[in-house]
Amino acid sequence: MNPKHALAMLGLVGLSAAAQAQDPNLARNLAATCANCHGTNGRSVGGMASLAGEAQDKLMQALSDFKSGDRPATIMHQIVKGYTDEQLKLITAWYAAQD
Amino acid sequence: MFTRRDFLKSAGIAAAGGTMLGGLSACTTTGSASRGHVVIVGGGYGGATTAKYLRMWSKGTVDVTLIERNPAFISCPISNLVIGGIKQMEDITVGYDGLKSKWGVRLITDEVTAVDTAKRTVATARNGTLDYDRLVLSPGIDFIPDAVAGLDGNQERIPHAWKAGPQTVLLRRQLQDMADGGVFALHVPKAPYRCPPGPYERACVVADYLRRAKPRSKVLVLDANAEIQSKKALFTKAFESYGSLIEYVPNSELRGVDVATLTAELEFDSVKADVLNVIPPMRAGSIAIEAGLPLINGRWVDIDWLTMGAKGVPGVHVLGDALFPAPTMPKSGHMANQHGKVAAAAILNLFEGIAPNPAPVVMNTCYSFVDGTNVIHVASVHQYDAEKRQPMPVQGAGGVSAAASEIEGKAALAWARNIWADMLA
Ligand code: HEC
Repeated sequence: MNPKHALAMLGLVGLSAAAQAQDPNLARNLAATCANCHGTNGRSVGGMASLAGEAQDKLMQALSDFKSGDRPATIMHQIVKGYTDEQLKLITAWYAAQD
Repeated sequence: MFTRRDFLKSAGIAAAGGTMLGGLSACTTTGSASRGHVVIVGGGYGGATTAKYLRMWSKGTVDVTLIERNPAFISCPISNLVIGGIKQMEDITVGYDGLKSKWGVRLITDEVTAVDTAKRTVATARNGTLDYDRLVLSPGIDFIPDAVAGLDGNQERIPHAWKAGPQTVLLRRQLQDMADGGVFALHVPKAPYRCPPGPYERACVVADYLRRAKPRSKVLVLDANAEIQSKKALFTKAFESYGSLIEYVPNSELRGVDVATLTAELEFDSVKADVLNVIPPMRAGSIAIEAGLPLINGRWVDIDWLTMGAKGVPGVHVLGDALFPAPTMPKSGHMANQHGKVAAAAILNLFEGIAPNPAPVVMNTCYSFVDGTNVIHVASVHQYDAEKRQPMPVQGAGGVSAAASEIEGKAALAWARNIWADMLA
């Protein structure tokens, strides 16, 4: 098969159009930005809270309390303001789905 | 003949060993057919993270070879505590066994001697030449030759201790051997340099040690910059708390050193020290420069931030301290780890023939000790800006600690344990 046709069939030609769409792994990628502190896939090795398997509501509540200042924090109030609410929803849904 | 592989390459898509089209379905099943071979040079915060995340996110369907010259990872963050005598070398050393046994990364302990980006090969000193589909260079920094007259070749006498390892041990020993009443002079190069708060943290933990062990001594900070480069108000406060133990002198660019007398030669002045710790001006790790990658200011690699790809050099990704930074983006281990994840995600997308994530986010935190237990941080979040084509710091997010605290001292050590596990375990 002509490789160009094969690629076209798979939608591999015209990457610029695809670039407008959301990445299929966006939630995973965003969640990985928290892993430096909270552990790979949200499983902390100690000294920081694990996020894996926590209910999304609970995580979202904690994050919005950090954002509003209702919950005192050393650093989370500053970090959480760097993400949109939509991004935080993706991140918390992703962590909630981990075991 | 123009093969499929060539076509994919010319389209900027990795060839994946010629198996990509079939591999799209294969990857969800047994993963027996590799989707491609990624060679990573440099097993620090950037390279080790990329290695693990490529294997983890591809479920083992991408072959990863990590070439690192040191047999174990030794962390720069926390290494100032070894110099201050609060931590030992084993506390900042982590093996590569997890990457090998748990993640199936092929580890080669060796030196890279040459990179051929046209032939897509990497030559090593003792392990021959390797082919790659994608190359990740995470070479850190090297010092600019001849930048400080008289310094080259004298790092045993005038340590930098800006790459953790034997230099860390050496500087610790020199500090221990210094008599009470001695001067520990520390030179900070002009920004940008690796780890913006690092020199000021070092001044603090050295002063903390001197306060206990040799109280008549002094830390003299000779800063080539006009002011403290990170967490200025917090470090100024910390310096004040040490009284005459720390003297901070801005605009003190080092012109030369006299090795015999340990004298730092500044523009208008020269200062004799008992321990002379010079952090020299630096640039991207030599292998990036020798590979002919595009540089900005002749020092830092110019990349496309969606893929971390070196501009105009297909198949080559660059991470960490070696990069020309995006606005306000520091050269830190935390940031290199985040670069590694962006690169891993982009490489896997390219192997699958889909565009890289158009909206990557990276964030940074640098914790700094102002004594053995109290810590301050600076944090920032950087969202990709499609118009500026680079990550931009989110206004109103990030910031610094309200004050130094023991609770952040605990957080800093927990950060270290978690990030080391995130890259290596
Ligand atoms: C630099 C380290 C660091 C990073 C990165 C980080 N956190 Fe945190 N996180 C903390 C610390 C420390 C706390 C405790 C509160 C405080 O002092 O700020 C915390 C607390 C939390 C909590 C509350 C946990 C509990 O039940 O007590 C949640 C939820 C959380 N973080 C989510 C996140 C998410 C989501 C991200 C990524 C967007 C993230 N964190 C990134 C350090 C970090």
